[in-house]
Amino acid sequence: MDLPAVIRVALRALARNKMRTALTMLGIIIGVGAVICTVAIGEGASNQVQEQLRNLGDNIVFVAAGSVSQRGVRMGSSATKTLTLADAKAILQQVPMVSRVSPGVGAQVQVIYGNQNWNTRVRGASPEYLEIRRWPVANGGSFSQHEVDAAANVCLIGQTVVENLFGSEDPVSKTVRIQNLPFRVIGVLASRGQSPFGQDEDDTIIMPFTTVQKKIAGIDWINFIMCSAISADAIHPAEQQIAGLLRQRHRLRADEDDDFIIRSPTDLANVQAQAGRIMTLLLASIASVSLLVGGIGIMNIMLVSVTERTREIGVRMAVGATEQDVQMQFLSEAMVLSLLGGSAGVLLGIAASVGVSSMLQWPTSVPPQAIVIAVLFSAGVGIFFGYYPARKAARLDPIEALRYE
Amino acid sequence: MPEEVLESQPEIVTPRDGATPIIQVENLHKTYDLGEVQVHALRGISLDILPGEFVAIMGASGSGKSTFMNLVGCLDRPTRGRYFLEGQDVSTFAKRELARIRNRKIGFVFQGFNLLPRTSAVENVELPLIYCGVSHEERVKRAREALRIVGLAGREDHHPSQLSGGQQQRVAIARALINNPSLVLADEPTGNLDSRTSVEIMEIFQRLSKERTLTILLVTHEPDIARFANRVVLFRDGKVRRDEPVEDRAEAAEVLKTLPAIDEDEEEES
Repeated sequence: MDLPAVIRVALRALARNKMRTALTMLGIIIGVGAVICTVAIGEGASNQVQEQLRNLGDNIVFVAAGSVSQRGVRMGSSATKTLTLADAKAILQQVPMVSRVSPGVGAQVQVIYGNQNWNTRVRGASPEYLEIRRWPVANGGSFSQHEVDAAANVCLIGQTVVENLFGSEDPVSKTVRIQNLPFRVIGVLASRGQSPFGQDEDDTIIMPFTTVQKKIAGIDWINFIMCSAISADAIHPAEQQIAGLLRQRHRLRADEDDDFIIRSPTDLANVQAQAGRIMTLLLASIASVSLLVGGIGIMNIMLVSVTERTREIGVRMAVGATEQDVQMQFLSEAMVLSLLGGSAGVLLGIAASVGVSSMLQWPTSVPPQAIVIAVLFSAGVGIFFGYYPARKAARLDPIEALRYE
Repeated sequence: MPEEVLESQPEIVTPRDGATPIIQVENLHKTYDLGEVQVHALRGISLDILPGEFVAIMGASGSGKSTFMNLVGCLDRPTRGRYFLEGQDVSTFAKRELARIRNRKIGFVFQGFNLLPRTSAVENVELPLIYCGVSHEERVKRAREALRIVGLAGREDHHPSQLSGGQQQRVAIARALINNPSLVLADEPTGNLDSRTSVEIMEIFQRLSKERTLTILLVTHEPDIARFANRVVLFRDGKVRRDEPVEDRAEAAEVLKTLPAIDEDEEEES
């Protein structure tokens, strides 16, 4: 029997008992629908994390000054003075995986404007810093390389600082005082809200690193280097190349620990995304239990069908159907049943995820490969649960089957 | 006396031209093992049937005639003995090969018609062709032709429930003929039919036997029906009791003329 004929025969047989066919398919429809819907919710959440990851910056590799150990006493991070502007320049020049670099200096300061004051973190950086972090300026402008060279008293302030010092006033071109020095506000940073790790990103002031070095912190080294790798895949190799370069530049012996720390926020966020994926997988596997139950429903109905059609099987065998023909007939019936159910389930799942999306405001997204897998899986369910009834049909003795009442 | 004649037949069939037996069974035994008891359904049957013969097989229930028909129909294999169908020793064939033989060489007609319900006459008739890879168009063409031969032209799309018993049996005969078999096995084909319809069915068999040299084996209880055959084999206790030609053979076409005509459509409704 050729395939179109097999499918035609199967469809005909299923059409004879429409109610029964529909109810049996319902099991598979609900199973596949539940799996698709769960995966869609998980995928939506994962896309959201990816979006946050993108906001985090442009494939950031973060190099911080590390701890040093002096006579067995280990200091905390940022305690070394070994990280320098020259290191930052060397990374940009000698690590091809890195496209942009900003040296960075940090300090905790008290900011005063009029009769308001606020304690916040000041970051000294180069003009590339905002690009690396993908952090636009909402109002006003940024500083230039020229202002870095001049160690100019200019600053960009975050939204939290604006709220606490200026209220509803426009801060651009106003002057704030830090450690008794006047700084002109040249721009307001766009709000970024919480970082994926719970810090208020908007509670900050950014100014040229030279200004922080000379006028606020009084140091000639730097605290961190913010780098941008050329792609997400380049992050890890860039980390290794940077580590190698810095060890060499800092003349560290093989038995000495690094005097710097390299981190990638992308890695950390990936851990979060991973946790989300595991959750989705867990939910999807619970949902697929209902698919299993649907499969058992198919098996049940196929067994009933084989018993009911014993005489038909006898006739088919008498006129020349082989065991394989009969087996194929019932197996294809089970498969058509589960495939139709699977396809309807995909539609149900898409509809349900659209519903969840609009009612609960959750982002959902149905990945195309999930649809393919769901349909293939339901075909697999059909084969698995259809096999035993089909085998039972094929094993019937034609004489007994013809005599069956 | 006939058994002696049979025993004088050659043991192994060598294909010869002319009167090569289409069926040659030698010392056929069939024993059913029901655990504690063994039932000897056939106790050594030897029989030759020539092409074009119309053989009525008679006997009480339990005489072994059904078992014999199952073996001849390649639905079952003998415990002992040999069965040559057109010179091929099919008693040693595997299940798959037997299915092929049934498909190509044997047509079955049953007492209960055994048509697929909710399936049109044409689709019922084309069923054997599905299992030998004939294209859909060819199947429908041949099925329509077979239905015409049994006098059902115009009812191709009727379902069994819309046909009378006689018409259903004609559909079954058309199904048996569709693959141009060498042999048709009819197991009490008139058992569920009234006498006039029975004669009509026998007329079809007689016509096919004569026009196509079709070999027909017919199991029946009714001596009236056996009269339409040209040879009667009587079974008893798993053995051939009597095997003789029909002397006063009845021509179904002639008998029909003597019976009062019944309107087909009226019969259909009853």
